[in-house]
Amino acid sequence: MKLDILKSSVAAMALTVAGAAYADKASDTLAVGFTKELENVDSYFNSSREGVVMQRAIWDGLIYRDPATNEYIGNLATSWEWIDDVTLELKLREGVTFHNGEAFNADDVVYTVNFVAVEENGVKTQRNVNWMKSADKIDDYTVRINLKAPFPAAIEFLSGPVSMYPNEYYAEVGPSGMGLNPVGTGPYKATSVTPGQHFVLERNENYHDSPKGQPSIGKIDIRTIPDVNTQLAEMFTGTLDLIWQVPSDQAEKLGQMDQFTVVNESTMRIGYLTLDAAGRTGEDNPFTKLKVRQAVAHAIDSQTLIDALLKGKSKVVHSACFPSQFGCEQDVKAYEYDPEKAKALLAEAGYPDGFTVPFYAYRDRDYAEAISSYMNAVGIKTEFNMLKYSALRELRASKGTPVSFQTWGSYSINDTSAITSQFFKFGDLDDSRDAEVRDWLDIADSSTDGEKRKEYYSKALKKIADEAYWVPMFSYNTNYVFGNEVSYTPTPDEVLRFTTMTWN
Amino acid sequence: MLKFIIKRLGLAILVALTVSFISFILLFLSGDPAAALAGEGATDEDVHAIRALYGFDRPVLVQYAAWLLNAISGDFGESYYFKLPVAGLLAERLSITMLLGLCGISFALLTAVPLGVMAAIRPNSLIDRFALFLSVAGQALPSFWFGLILIVVFAIKLQWLPVSGSGSWQHFIMPTIVLGYYAMPAIMRLTRAGMLEVLSSDYIRTARAKGAPEGVVMFKHALRNAIIPVVSLAAVQIGFMLGGSIVVESIFALHGAGYLAWESISRNDLPTVQALILVFSMFYIVFTFLADVLNAWLDPRMRSS
Repeated sequence: MKLDILKSSVAAMALTVAGAAYADKASDTLAVGFTKELENVDSYFNSSREGVVMQRAIWDGLIYRDPATNEYIGNLATSWEWIDDVTLELKLREGVTFHNGEAFNADDVVYTVNFVAVEENGVKTQRNVNWMKSADKIDDYTVRINLKAPFPAAIEFLSGPVSMYPNEYYAEVGPSGMGLNPVGTGPYKATSVTPGQHFVLERNENYHDSPKGQPSIGKIDIRTIPDVNTQLAEMFTGTLDLIWQVPSDQAEKLGQMDQFTVVNESTMRIGYLTLDAAGRTGEDNPFTKLKVRQAVAHAIDSQTLIDALLKGKSKVVHSACFPSQFGCEQDVKAYEYDPEKAKALLAEAGYPDGFTVPFYAYRDRDYAEAISSYMNAVGIKTEFNMLKYSALRELRASKGTPVSFQTWGSYSINDTSAITSQFFKFGDLDDSRDAEVRDWLDIADSSTDGEKRKEYYSKALKKIADEAYWVPMFSYNTNYVFGNEVSYTPTPDEVLRFTTMTWN
Repeated sequence: MLKFIIKRLGLAILVALTVSFISFILLFLSGDPAAALAGEGATDEDVHAIRALYGFDRPVLVQYAAWLLNAISGDFGESYYFKLPVAGLLAERLSITMLLGLCGISFALLTAVPLGVMAAIRPNSLIDRFALFLSVAGQALPSFWFGLILIVVFAIKLQWLPVSGSGSWQHFIMPTIVLGYYAMPAIMRLTRAGMLEVLSSDYIRTARAKGAPEGVVMFKHALRNAIIPVVSLAAVQIGFMLGGSIVVESIFALHGAGYLAWESISRNDLPTVQALILVFSMFYIVFTFLADVLNAWLDPRMRSS
C-alpha cells in the first residue's frame, strides 16, 4: 500500500509539473471538456455517457450500426448468421491488430464473451451482457455466441456496448489494469489516463478498414471540468475546442457569438411520469383509477414545456419509448392538453375537488416543478419532493411512489426492449404490474421474427397508452458547442464520435 | 509531556472512529448504495448484481466491522466507482488539496494578520476602514461567484492566468486567492480585536513607560499575546479548507480531495468516503493539537494548565 501511495504521489507531482497541454488545429490536438468524472475507462466497468464515448473511440464491436441509416454493417466481424434461435455464428475480420500489437482472432472474442457473461465478474451494466451464455471457437476466424434464450436485440447490443478485448492482455491486467492502460482495436489509442481527470487519445495509424471511418484528427485531449461556467471560460480563451451537454440558456447565448458553432441534437432520453396503477402505495391510491391517470395525461402541456424549458430538438412523446427504437409504436392514444377535460375526468372518478398527493423527482428540478404545477392547476395538489436518485429508486423499489417524474436514456440502444421491457415486466420499478402487457413484451423480446416483435410491442405500447400507466412527455436534447476550427455533426444517440470530427 | 501526547493521540483515534461510524450509518440512510453505484441508467438486474457483489444486503454493523478491520490493517479497499485502490486515489487527490490548503491559509494569514495589526494601531483610520471593507466583502462574496469574476478578469480579459487545471504554479494563483479570501475576514477581525484589547492593557503601558521601542512593544509584547486565539482559529480554518474546498476545486477543475469527497458521497462510494472522512477528521485533530502546542509556546501559562 505504501508503494501505491508513493507511486500515486509521484504521478500527481509529475502531472503538476508537466505543464498545460497545447490544443489547437496547428498542433492537431482537439481539446474536449467532460463534465463528469469517468469512473473506469474499461468499458464494461462504467455506466456513464463519457464511458460510451471512450468505448467507441478505443474499442470496436463485432458489428457497427450506422447512426444515420440504422443499418448494421460488419466491423470486427465480416458476416453473421443465426444457426438457431440461441446461436449466432460470426466470421471475423482478418489482419486486425490491437494497439499493443496483439493480433485479433477468435480467441479474443471467446475470451471477452466468456468473461463478461459471468455475473460474478461484475460487469457493471448487466443488461448489456447477460443475454450471452458463452462463446465457442470454430476456427481462428469463426466464432459462435451462445445465448441464454432467444434475444433478437443481440445484433443491436453487439453493435453497441459489447466491445472486443485482447485476451492475453486482459487476462494479465484485469479491469483495473485495462482502466489505466486501455488496449483495443479502435480508431484511437489511449496514451495517457489520469482516472477521472485527464485522458489523451492518439490516432491509431494502423486502424483497419472499419465502417466507423478513419480518424482525421491526430490527438484528442480530454479534461474533466465539472463547472459549466469554467468550461465556457476555457472555450473563450481557446483552451477547449469542444464541449457538450451545455444547458439550453447558455447555448442560446453562445450561438449568437461568431466564434462558436452550437449544434443541437436530440437524445434517446425521454421524460415521463410513472403512476401507481398497481396500488403499491395503497389500494385506495387515486392513481389506481384509470380516469385519474388519464386526467393527469390531459393536465400536462408537453409542447409548452419543450418551448419554454427544453428547447432544441426535443419532441413531444406519446408512447413509452423513443421513436427511433425498433418496435416503438407511435400510433397510440395521445392525450391532448385539456385541463377542463382533466377536471371533468377527476370529477367522474370521484374527486370533484381533487386530492393531495406526494410528487417525487430526482433531476431537472425546473421541469419537475413545472409538471407538478400543471397537476396543481387541475386540482391534484402535489407535495413536491426532490430526492437523490438512489433514495428515490430505493423508495420506488420498496414501497412505490404514487407519482414520480422519471427519465430513461435506453443506454443508446435502438430497441424498444431497452426501455419498455425494463419497466413493465414486474421488476422493482414496475408501477402498473399488468400481466397482459408483460406477456406481450415477453413474446416481443424473445421472438426472432421482426414482424412478430413489432406486433407485440405495438399491442403492449397501445395498452400502456390506453391505460395511461405512464405519461410520456418529451425527449431530451443535447447542445454541442465547438470552435469555428472544428467541424462535427452529432447523432441522436448522444455518442460523441471523434472519428467523424475534422478541422475546417 | 509524553503522557499528554499519548493521551491526546488516544482521544484522537477515538474521535476519528466515532466520526467514521456515524458517517457510515448516515451514508446508508442517504439512499440505496447499490442504486447509487449502478447509476441512473441501471436496470433491476444491475442493482441486484451490485448489491450481491458488495454485500450491501448484510447488516450495516457487519459491513462497518468489516471495513474497520481492513482499515486498521491499512487496507482502505478499492473505490467502488473508480475500481482503483482508495489509498492511491487519496494520495493523489490529497496532494492537490493540501497544496491548495497550505497556499490558501498562508495567503489568509499573510494578508489578514498585518491588516489586522495595522487596523488596530490606527482605529477608525483609512486603513481600518479598508480592512473592514475587505472583511465584509470577503464574508459576503460567495466563492463560486468570486472565482468566476477572477476567471473573467485574469484569464479571459487580461489572459494572464490559465482558467483551470493544475498543470503549473500559475494554475494555483486564483484558487489560492479565492480559498484564502474566504478565511481572511475572521482571522483579520480576531487579530484586530485581540490587538486592540492588548494595546490598552497595563503591561503594554508599562513597556512603553520603560522606554521599549515601539516595534518591540508591538511584536514582542502585543502581537505575541493577541495572536493566540488566531492560531486556534487558523488551525480550524485549515481543517475546513481541506474538506471545504469543494467549490474552489470544482470551479478550477483541480480534482482534489474536497471535490472527491463531495462526488463520492453522491455516488455512495463507501470505501472512498470512509477513508476521506477518517483522513479529514485526523487532519482536524492534528492541526488542533499543533495549535495547542504552538499556543503553549506562545503563552507559558498554558503549559502548566
